[in-house]
Amino acid sequence: MKRYSLFAIAREAARYHQGWEKAWASPEPKKKYDVVIVGAGGHGLATAFYLGKNFGITNVAIVEKGWLGGGNTGRNTTIIRSNYLQDPSAAIYEKARSLYETMSQDLNYNVMFSPRGVMMLAQTEAEIRGYKRTAQANAYQGVATEFIGPERVKELCPIIRIDGPRYPVLGALWQERGGTARHDAVAWGYARACSDMGMDIIQQCEVTGVTREGGKVTGVETTKGHIGCNKLASVVAGNSGHMANMAGFQLPMESVALQALVSEPIKPCMDVVVMANTVHGYMSQSDKGEMVIGGGTDAFNNYTQRGSFHHIEETVRALIETFPMVSRLKMLRQWGGIVDVTGDRSPIISKTPVGNMFINGGWGTGGFKSIPGSGWAMAELVAKGEPGPLAAEFGLDRFTQGRFIDESVAAGVAH
Amino acid sequence: MLTLECPCCGVRGEETEFHGGGEAHLKRFGPGSSDAEFETYLFTRENPKGVNFERWRHANGCGKWFHAARCTMTLEVFATYSAQTYEPPADVIAAIKAKRPEWEMPA
Ligand SMILES: Cc1cc2nc3c(=O)[nH]c(=O)nc-3n(C[C@H](O)[C@H](O)[C@H](O)COP(=O)(O)OP(=O)(O)OC[C@H]3O[C@@H](n4cnc5c(N)ncnc54)[C@H](O)[C@@H]3O)c2cc1C
Ligand SMILES: [Zn+2]
Repeated sequence: MKRYSLFAIAREAARYHQGWEKAWASPEPKKKYDVVIVGAGGHGLATAFYLGKNFGITNVAIVEKGWLGGGNTGRNTTIIRSNYLQDPSAAIYEKARSLYETMSQDLNYNVMFSPRGVMMLAQTEAEIRGYKRTAQANAYQGVATEFIGPERVKELCPIIRIDGPRYPVLGALWQERGGTARHDAVAWGYARACSDMGMDIIQQCEVTGVTREGGKVTGVETTKGHIGCNKLASVVAGNSGHMANMAGFQLPMESVALQALVSEPIKPCMDVVVMANTVHGYMSQSDKGEMVIGGGTDAFNNYTQRGSFHHIEETVRALIETFPMVSRLKMLRQWGGIVDVTGDRSPIISKTPVGNMFINGGWGTGGFKSIPGSGWAMAELVAKGEPGPLAAEFGLDRFTQGRFIDESVAAGVAH
Repeated sequence: MLTLECPCCGVRGEETEFHGGGEAHLKRFGPGSSDAEFETYLFTRENPKGVNFERWRHANGCGKWFHAARCTMTLEVFATYSAQTYEPPADVIAAIKAKRPEWEMPA
């Protein structure tokens, strides 16, 4: 793999950009691999990357039914933060956030990580209490956050109306090193690094069955034939339940559509990420100038990748109250992704009832921010067969044991 | 957009008139059951890609609960039927099979 650098740009500019090589190879599947990962989203690709980097396992295939990064990884609003309440969540999300800080260098690929700061507005007394509690917990967890007052909110984000009639802004939980990154680049950067390690990324190849023998996985049936494997990792977000059904078990998980929309591009007006959980709206400005807006989830299971129309109105209505300037904006595009919501709204990184099959899913509405940490933890689980400290609390057995990770208050909103 | 017809009052409306109530026909397990049964009842869901049986309430209408058989990929509703039943009745199964011959009722 040729490194990307200032020198490379100069060299290519001098020869009309004829010398750039393909970022990753697109091989036909081999008969068998040590590890097959289903799903080339951020989590699947990060799992592959850390299998190679941390454990030297490179005889790996990543099988993707569409194009890599075409699932939720390429459909999300790219908010990165780690200000969670519970210790297991803070540990894995902060691991991920810290890996984002050096991801561009680690991958030699500009993922445009922008730690512009994330602010979660407190607009009710209950939210003030909740966020102060989270800030306190974060202090113990070593996650830098603080609770700030309304004047500071206005200073950091002048377009916010802090004295709205229904829900005035009473303060905010502020994480200065939270922010955004370029979602496609995260998938592309990992894909390029994995391909460079000799892994096969097989796109346009849908897994249609899981073959087993004596309770252990032996491979997958795909639209490109059978692919054998010693270990199988299912990392398919909203399709996790469907994958589990193929392997003969069920999950504590439901799939719903979550939406986002972007406005026409405008001049820079907002250089932080703002989330308003009470009115259910959140917004940031992309480098192109579009306002990136997170919408609502459907109230019923579906796989439409579209989402219900009325959520658009609800989302915009909520935002106009806190950001009056939104009322003058034209919206450009709207889309949806199928998110995987578990019984306690926390993810699953776990062994499964099928031997040598592992699952990573349930990141729901908020798993872009966790991609590197999740891949790190999942690679350890797949390589060793047992979860390491980051993944241990996220096992499927927590639902039998009643050992939930109650983050729905912190993460119930879509982001 | 999802449209449903309430079998209780016969009114047809779009989804904002209704409130989704999750998977239908869950078998209830309580005290004395095994941990696995209790977990299944509380958390494990079919979450199928295709035909789904679910509970709905006509929240902005007659207020009654009912059941629906619906495709989670196309939002096509095969039938809505009474809430006072433990399993989908034969005519609902037939309505589904007429549209999806390959579909089998999950165990
Ligand atoms: C509108 C929206 C906004 C969001 N906003 C945020 C946010 O601001 N911050 C945040 O942290 N998170 C956010 N999220 C959540 C985040 O996008 C997801 O949690 C994360 O991207 C999941 O990554 P993944 O790799 O697990 O899944 P995906 O990126 O969905 O990848 C799974 C892949 O598996 C493939 N696949 C599925 N079934 C099969 C099969 N049978 N065979 C082969 N391949 C298969 C799919 O095609 C897909 O490419 C948002 C999500 C949505 C939809
Ligand atoms: Zn009715």
